Amino acid sequence: MLAGELSKKMGLKLLAGEGGLSKNVSGVYICDLLSFVMSKAEACNIWITVQTNLNIVAVSVLTEIGCVIIPENIEVEEITLKKADEEKIPIFSSSKSAYELACELKGLI
Amino acid sequence: MTPNNIVNMAKLKGLNIIAITDHNSARNIAATISCAKDVGILCLPGMEVESTEEIHLIVLFSDLISCFKMEKVIEQSFTNIKNDINIFGEQIIVDKNDNITGYKENLLTTATNLTVAQIFELTEKLGGVCIPAHIDRDSYSIISTFGMIPEDIAFSTVEITKNAIKRGYGNNISLCKYNIISSSDAHCLGFISERENYFKLSNLTGKDVIEKLKTRIK
Repeated sequence: MLAGELSKKMGLKLLAGEGGLSKNVSGVYICDLLSFVMSKAEACNIWITVQTNLNIVAVSVLTEIGCVIIPENIEVEEITLKKADEEKIPIFSSSKSAYELACELKGLI
Repeated sequence: MTPNNIVNMAKLKGLNIIAITDHNSARNIAATISCAKDVGILCLPGMEVESTEEIHLIVLFSDLISCFKMEKVIEQSFTNIKNDINIFGEQIIVDKNDNITGYKENLLTTATNLTVAQIFELTEKLGGVCIPAHIDRDSYSIISTFGMIPEDIAFSTVEITKNAIKRGYGNNISLCKYNIISSSDAHCLGFISERENYFKLSNLTGKDVIEKLKTRIK
């Protein structure tokens, strides 16, 4: 599935990284410790995290993550969104919790 | 940021004491200490260690051997992730003349598998001082991760950023039992502090600096 399709199916709001909407996404990784994500996440994964600092973009590029979903309407720093645009990493926002998002994703992908 | 550039910038700014605290590595300290000695600046060996909880702690020592012992433990406690120079840049090792002698291949800006408590204990055992770094920051800080400074770890000193000092963060009553320091945390030459932070020391030695930082406020 493409990141853009996923966001339509789940009603996600795109915050940044429009240039990456045609990326393939598969699998989900949920973690807020960046070092875990760096060593465990797989390419094309949908990464759910509450971390919003600039480093999430570097980690996404390093691990070739498909897209990032920030739960619970948590605000993301401008500097992070700007970098995500540059690197074409889609960052989506949802009002749902990480658990709710995970349950929904299980049925979808 | 090479040994000579750091030391010469420190000299220009009139600094008497500096410390090198690279992320999880002590490979460039000996060269910098050597350069600093040549111009009469005291350079302390140290590191900025990342705990498994992704909290940054500054560890400082009065001697290089203790710092290397700590570095060895840290090297063995990493989950090895290869550095990507396109994202994180090269992790160079240089000599006293700023010549590149090697590279660290594994990513240094990641977490060790050591807890905050373990890092504190090991530093104490090696005669150093362990200081929670930039506690006012939103990330990689003991307060942003734990919500508080753990009471059961006998920290004597905490570090806050320069901006936080200006905002009066250090006046917070919950910090009254700690020495509060603010450092350059310079990742490039321009960020090295001016001559604005002071210690009162009997002698200008590493031992005196460490002892000062370890002295708890009663």
